[in-house]
Amino acid sequence: MFYPTSSRRSDPFAHMRSMLLDFDRATPARPALSVFPAVNVWQGEEAVAVTAEIAGVDPADIDISVKDAVLTVAGERKVPEASEGARWHRNERSFGKFSRTVRLPFAASNNKVEARMTHSVLRIVVGRPEEDKPRKIEIKAA
Amino acid sequence: MNNDVTQTAGKPAADTPETMTGARVYRPLTDIMETDEGVTLMLEVPGVAADDVDVTLEKRVLTIRCKVHYTRPDKLQLAYAEYGEGDYERAFTLSDDFDPDKIEAAMANGVLTLTLPRAAEAQPRKIAVKGA
Repeated sequence: MFYPTSSRRSDPFAHMRSMLLDFDRATPARPALSVFPAVNVWQGEEAVAVTAEIAGVDPADIDISVKDAVLTVAGERKVPEASEGARWHRNERSFGKFSRTVRLPFAASNNKVEARMTHSVLRIVVGRPEEDKPRKIEIKAA
Repeated sequence: MNNDVTQTAGKPAADTPETMTGARVYRPLTDIMETDEGVTLMLEVPGVAADDVDVTLEKRVLTIRCKVHYTRPDKLQLAYAEYGEGDYERAFTLSDDFDPDKIEAAMANGVLTLTLPRAAEAQPRKIAVKGA
């Protein structure tokens, strides 16, 4: 992290932004993303949703399974076919088998799990079973 | 900061000026492969529809901009986040022997593939050496 001041002198905010960017990269505040896919978890009264960006995988090649309160997403990112004599200039994407497990706050029943893929963003919605929902207790008149 | 990041695990934020809305802009992870026919770029842009891709080639700079479709499940609150969503932007400076009219773009499973065929006159011609 070396900041040549001469090139940034015209815009001090550019310098600040690049410093912030460096902090973003250096601090482990974000989890080390060697795990794939990264997931976002959404919660509500009626359901829990797990979303994940899975680029480069055919939806048919993704295995989603639920057992009790454990949701697993697995598949494989295949290396693109390269013709003979191809030279790689950049290789930033990663490939190979992946498997990701997410613990849900409740045990899911099979018929309440729905998965959908839109523009390679996977969205799995798990409905909350009736027995898990809080029961409302009526107060009886004396 | 240099823009040349070779190995990154997650999608990094683009090193561009701030956006008006405060939304983040990401730099799509890219593979670039070259063959004798031309160059192929493969960019990971999950959340982008084929219609929301904008590719321009101006003064040898190939710019790719993609508008993201945000995934927001109804009636649910974000409880835990590992990735962010935002538009994608990335630019590459090309060697100038590409025909801008022949650039082909295809979107499949969140991967944008750009095929840049080399201009006909720039294709390597093999010259046979005649025996004496």
